[in-house]
Amino acid sequence: MPELNLIQSINQAIDEEMRRDPSILVLGEDVRALGAPLGEFKGLFEKYGADRVIDTPISETAIMGAAIGSAATGMRPIANIMYANFLGVCGDELINQLTNMRYMSGGQIKVPVTIMCYSGAGTRHAAQHSRNLYGWLMNVTGLKIIAPSTPYDAKGLLKSALREDDPTVFLYHATLVKRGIKSDVPVEEYIIPVGKADIKREGKDVTVVAIGLMVHEALEAAEILEKKGIDIEIIDPRTVIPLDKEMIIGSIKKTGRLIIMDEEPKTGSAAAEIAAIIADEAFDYMDAPIKRVCAPDTPVPYSPVLEDFWIPDENSLVTAVSELV
Amino acid sequence: MTVNISRRIAPSAWTKEELSNFYRIMARIRAFEERVAKEFTHGKIPCHAHLYIGHEAIATGACASLRLDDYIISNHRGHGHLIAKGGRTDRMMAELFGKRTGYCKGKGGSMHCADIELGSLGANGIVGAGITIAGGVALTAKLKNTGQVCLCFFGDGASNTSRFHEGINFASVLKLPVVYVVENNQYAISVPFSYASSVPNIADRACAYGIPGKTVDGNDVLAVYEAVAEAVERARRGYGPSLIECKTYRWAGHYTSDPQSYVSKEMIEEWKRKDPIPRFREYLVANGFLTKEEIERTHQEISDEIEEAVTFADESPYPAPEEALEDVHA
Repeated sequence: MPELNLIQSINQAIDEEMRRDPSILVLGEDVRALGAPLGEFKGLFEKYGADRVIDTPISETAIMGAAIGSAATGMRPIANIMYANFLGVCGDELINQLTNMRYMSGGQIKVPVTIMCYSGAGTRHAAQHSRNLYGWLMNVTGLKIIAPSTPYDAKGLLKSALREDDPTVFLYHATLVKRGIKSDVPVEEYIIPVGKADIKREGKDVTVVAIGLMVHEALEAAEILEKKGIDIEIIDPRTVIPLDKEMIIGSIKKTGRLIIMDEEPKTGSAAAEIAAIIADEAFDYMDAPIKRVCAPDTPVPYSPVLEDFWIPDENSLVTAVSELV
Repeated sequence: MTVNISRRIAPSAWTKEELSNFYRIMARIRAFEERVAKEFTHGKIPCHAHLYIGHEAIATGACASLRLDDYIISNHRGHGHLIAKGGRTDRMMAELFGKRTGYCKGKGGSMHCADIELGSLGANGIVGAGITIAGGVALTAKLKNTGQVCLCFFGDGASNTSRFHEGINFASVLKLPVVYVVENNQYAISVPFSYASSVPNIADRACAYGIPGKTVDGNDVLAVYEAVAEAVERARRGYGPSLIECKTYRWAGHYTSDPQSYVSKEMIEEWKRKDPIPRFREYLVANGFLTKEEIERTHQEISDEIEEAVTFADESPYPAPEEALEDVHA
């Protein structure tokens, strides 16, 4: 089985889907000559031509607007917005247009747009290029939010997103790319359904829901904790919306304890929402308070010393687990 | 009042059917809007609406150059656009009343009426937002090689938003079949266009994108038709977008309960004298296209239609409250 990195697996997913479905097109800056910021679209212009791999001016509102308009009339565009932070540039298209159109039209208009952004801290890009925005996006009703932690998941989830009739945002973590994280990716086709979480490590003492890059921090923490005799279960939700509540609650029934690890400022984070859901729906199974391991409520700093302090890591999780057991 | 209409197309070039249809559409829009104002006052329409009164010649003339399968993108002042594209006044009225039989099942209201079957992708409550979306609609037409065109309506206020630049630049670069129809009614709520723009004509900005720009009298239905028809033909043949500015005046206010304290009464009266409907009526009568009796009959038919639309809206059921939960996802 070939071992692929995140960008290779994303590239493969798009290529396979574009070959399968002629209504898929790519809109974004630098997608033609450079194959997009990190090579996600490499080789696609040569294969599918200028009609389907469309270089755009630096105009996030035009990219998103064009994605919405073309999706409403039968295409399945990928809107490449580069960094998740840039979603703010086309905020109206995201929160007022894309995600309201089906509803406002009484179901007449569907807008199958896949927004692709890389996200997250750890690349020393400072505050305007480092956010995950999971929590912010969760409040944009109508959007499905995908945050893979491995190249294998990324490929299967992106293929799913491109077949969805709803708008999706696919957020792939820049530090997964920087660390060169790889997976075995089968040659045979596979799909990972949107809304299906994955147990990345089985355990019995504490349930840890870790999003995106945080899965890897949690796996490192698990090794440290194992030496202390604590066995954590790591659940990767893979899609933040829809959220696989059943799997999380199923795990809590076993462990009675929950920590959510989410690389975002704590206030209004995905972790906050997940904690609220579990407090509402699974309180009876809890033996301890729900804990959140998040970033502080500050912008993302630049200096490596500051940024490394800002990002939750295996030690933050070890501390949180030790407080619970 | 002097009849000053249609400088390029001689009256002999038109058929009676074509011109009486223009008149009927304008009169239908006017009657619909006047009734909306009344029903809002009566409390039947729960939110104020942005009336198209005084702008009727623009939607009518612009949509007359479209094929049935062409698209329109509308804005907050959009009732006239949908009616001109062939929209049903009963389903529109029902939508404004918040009823289940409305175009959007009561989920959109005045600012979001859409009829995908007619190529109307809906109106928009965010000023300028339709400009970038129109590019995507036209992109589909271009990629599928259907020869369809997207007509994008917006106002002078929208011409000062970032979308005006980003959307028109994008469509110009990709030579997309869009025709931008700017309804310059001279006010963005209370702010006059003359204050908010450093150039007198929005169409003058077209040169920044290397596309044709033209300013026409927006109260002259045939002048609008001529300009838009030429732009539509150009777009259909693959030469890209055009910007047609139609100058008019928003004499009924920004929305149904706008007292317009910021506008002089003289100015309103002056523009009411340029009302596109009586003006076109005089032209039709003077050139022997319609008799006064035929015109009266048209108004009576429209009046009956609007009455039926109100009855339909009134008698239609409200959606069940739980229907609020539907249509979020596929």
